[in-house]
Amino acid sequence: MNKIFSMSRKDVLTFVIFSAVVLLMPIWLQPFGAAYPDLMQKFAIFGILAIGFNVLFGLTGYLSFGHAAFLGVGSYTAVWTFKLFSMNPIPALILAVIMAGLFALAIGYVSLRRSGIYFSILTLAFAQMSYNLAYSVLTPITNGETGLQLELQDPRVIDSAFGSTSDGSLPVSNLFGLVDMNGIPGFYFCAVFLIIGFFITQRIFASPFGMMLRAIKSNQTRMNYTGFNTRPYTLTAFVISGMFAGLAGGLMAVTDPLAGAERMQWTASGEIVLMTILGGVGTLIGPVVGAWLIKYFENIFSSFNESVLHNLFAFLPDGVEKFVVEITSMFVGEGWHLTLGLIFMLVVTFLPGGMMEGFRRIGSLFNRDGGDKAKPNEKTPAPAPAE
Amino acid sequence: MSERKDGPSRRKVLKGAAAGLVTAGVAPTIFTSSAHAFRNEPTGDTVTLGFNVPQTGSYADEGADELRAYQLAVEHLNGEGDGGMLNTMQPSALKGEGILGKKVAYVTGDTQTKSDAARASAKRMIEKDGALMISGGSSSGVAIAVQGLCQEMGTIFMAGLTHSNDTTGKDKRRYGFRHFFNAYMSGAALGPVLGQEYGKDRRAYHLTADYTWGWTQEESMINSTEALGWETAETVKTPVGAGDFSQYITPVLNSGADVLILNHYGRDMVNSLTQAIQFGLKDRQSNGKDFQIVVPLFSRLMAQGAGENIKGILGSTNWNWSLQDAGSQAFVKSFGAKYGFPPSMAAHTCYVQTLLYADACERAGTFDPIQVIKALEGHKFDGMGNGPTEYRAEDHQCFKDVLVVRGNENPTSQFDLLNVVQQVPRSQVEYDASIFGGDLGPYEV
Repeated sequence: MNKIFSMSRKDVLTFVIFSAVVLLMPIWLQPFGAAYPDLMQKFAIFGILAIGFNVLFGLTGYLSFGHAAFLGVGSYTAVWTFKLFSMNPIPALILAVIMAGLFALAIGYVSLRRSGIYFSILTLAFAQMSYNLAYSVLTPITNGETGLQLELQDPRVIDSAFGSTSDGSLPVSNLFGLVDMNGIPGFYFCAVFLIIGFFITQRIFASPFGMMLRAIKSNQTRMNYTGFNTRPYTLTAFVISGMFAGLAGGLMAVTDPLAGAERMQWTASGEIVLMTILGGVGTLIGPVVGAWLIKYFENIFSSFNESVLHNLFAFLPDGVEKFVVEITSMFVGEGWHLTLGLIFMLVVTFLPGGMMEGFRRIGSLFNRDGGDKAKPNEKTPAPAPAE
Repeated sequence: MSERKDGPSRRKVLKGAAAGLVTAGVAPTIFTSSAHAFRNEPTGDTVTLGFNVPQTGSYADEGADELRAYQLAVEHLNGEGDGGMLNTMQPSALKGEGILGKKVAYVTGDTQTKSDAARASAKRMIEKDGALMISGGSSSGVAIAVQGLCQEMGTIFMAGLTHSNDTTGKDKRRYGFRHFFNAYMSGAALGPVLGQEYGKDRRAYHLTADYTWGWTQEESMINSTEALGWETAETVKTPVGAGDFSQYITPVLNSGADVLILNHYGRDMVNSLTQAIQFGLKDRQSNGKDFQIVVPLFSRLMAQGAGENIKGILGSTNWNWSLQDAGSQAFVKSFGAKYGFPPSMAAHTCYVQTLLYADACERAGTFDPIQVIKALEGHKFDGMGNGPTEYRAEDHQCFKDVLVVRGNENPTSQFDLLNVVQQVPRSQVEYDASIFGGDLGPYEV
């Protein structure tokens, strides 16, 4: 038991700094205009999703294009738990993680028979299947396009057994009736899970199991020749990362009790891949940074409209201002995808290791020998798993 | 943060967000709010409204037009421009001096026609930008999702284009208001006209957008056409944003139906109608009758997209720019002067909603949502383009006349696409508030 918690000094330091950064978000995000509860909740939730995805993609090199399916399963499970049993987030999250885990077990069992591009396509196919099921076939369970929502008539058997009464408004998810899971408390609730999740991945990265996964990534064929059965390891990694996604989906439902099928669409799966690559595949913190960056763009850049830009460039002469606004308005508002695409392109071209590589290069500028030596195992570019 | 070298530009943006930061700081105190405090109470000399419209996706055209209308409404409220409907609205407490003496500012968001994205951007506008009222939505699924959120947040939601019965039916909320008409009214208005035009012995085939609006639209159309004596051959649900509808249209040919009812909207409707015409449905004979296509919810924007194909097709709309009353004329004039083309019905309803909200604040004498809600409930007004209109207190649905329109056979301009066949009086489309169930919920949240 003691062994689990024995960490290297560097790991302890990373963990402490990471926790501080997460918990202090309401303060340091202020200058960026992002310190409002909803976005910070998203930062925490998608951080969980990205680190979970990284356990699979970063360590084993298996690129899953269907992780959004587990996110959706988690959300639907959580909302149904709210509807049927209780508005307490704990049972909802437990069930969400279990359901997503079972789903991941089933999908992983089939998909992991192949590797490389075939694995990606298989997971994509499964995710699209789940999306279509949620969107139309399973409408009685998922409420299709409209999305699954709470209703006043929901049974909520546990809550009503404890004699909670309704005042005619929809209930909010709450921790034993003490704290409502929205606003800042909702953020801290998610943040705690992000920190726990980060700790778990840290332990996985440092464990022999993590070493095994890295070995699979560098040369699976050789592993097989030496008589190693790699399948149980990859399947475990897949299920773990599916459970992380289920947790994230559950938390989404906790902070905002609504589940829609679009959460499972392939674009949502693609977004997770983007987050991880943008931040830095295989690094501990990279995927989280990537997730934050993408969510920041989605929520803040998309809100800039022409009047904001006009204010922004008001210092320029009239003609120039109009021209500049015209150009920049293509990249903000509905054009935020374009900006994101450009950044992604630049990062992949010049910093194949993601944002983390950028940080490290900046770091090594100041500290010539320390910077590169600090994280030797993250230098290697991700080789494709052997087929 | 200090190492960022973005220069003064970033700082300027952040200045705009300063209001939001104040709110974020205030947020925790909301949990211990007293009776009179409410979220985002405006303290400076501006009041912020949030406009949440689809800027991408199937309904992007409507969203763009809605945004134009909102900008126009803000101008008029602030006393800029020619005042538009401020001059024709009766009764009106608006003076063109902002709302309650505060200048109107606005923030925008992209709903992407997805419930998740719409709720995220609405939350951003409420939590960060300090929006006091949210308006918009071009899809009922989104409108219902945002309306539910606004109820939780205690922020008034003035629904834009949403046509599902559920918005003010089973999913109605105390903080949500809808000026637009609904599927029930479309059915009730369209039914008798269909009977006159196409006879009482028809077989209808429904293609329906697979979400709350499509479902209620289909239900209402089936009720009103079956009351005429029509039969329903089959109802098929199609995914929103399908793009290609040919796989759904082919079976219509062999179904023995002689009317196709397209419960689609936006680009979906443009695509499905265009493809139905390409398949030759309109030139067909079936059961010894001419095959007909009906589009229950019509808009000029869609008519523009569908081009020639729209000719002769019957549908219903909430409003059309060709109306000759003073309110419509004033609105079309100032919209045309600013943008160079006439507004769509989506633009009209959003413009009217913004003015109605502002007027209600003036009449209530406060921005306190509870008082504003009470000022809107049961409010009767005129001069906004639809004749005498009432915000029914029981379900927050506006009751007014409904237009039955037909695609113009001989358009005189690229905007002259719909002819008004009949202005169906309010009495014919009215219904009891209890038939859809649902509960408005409490004033205090």
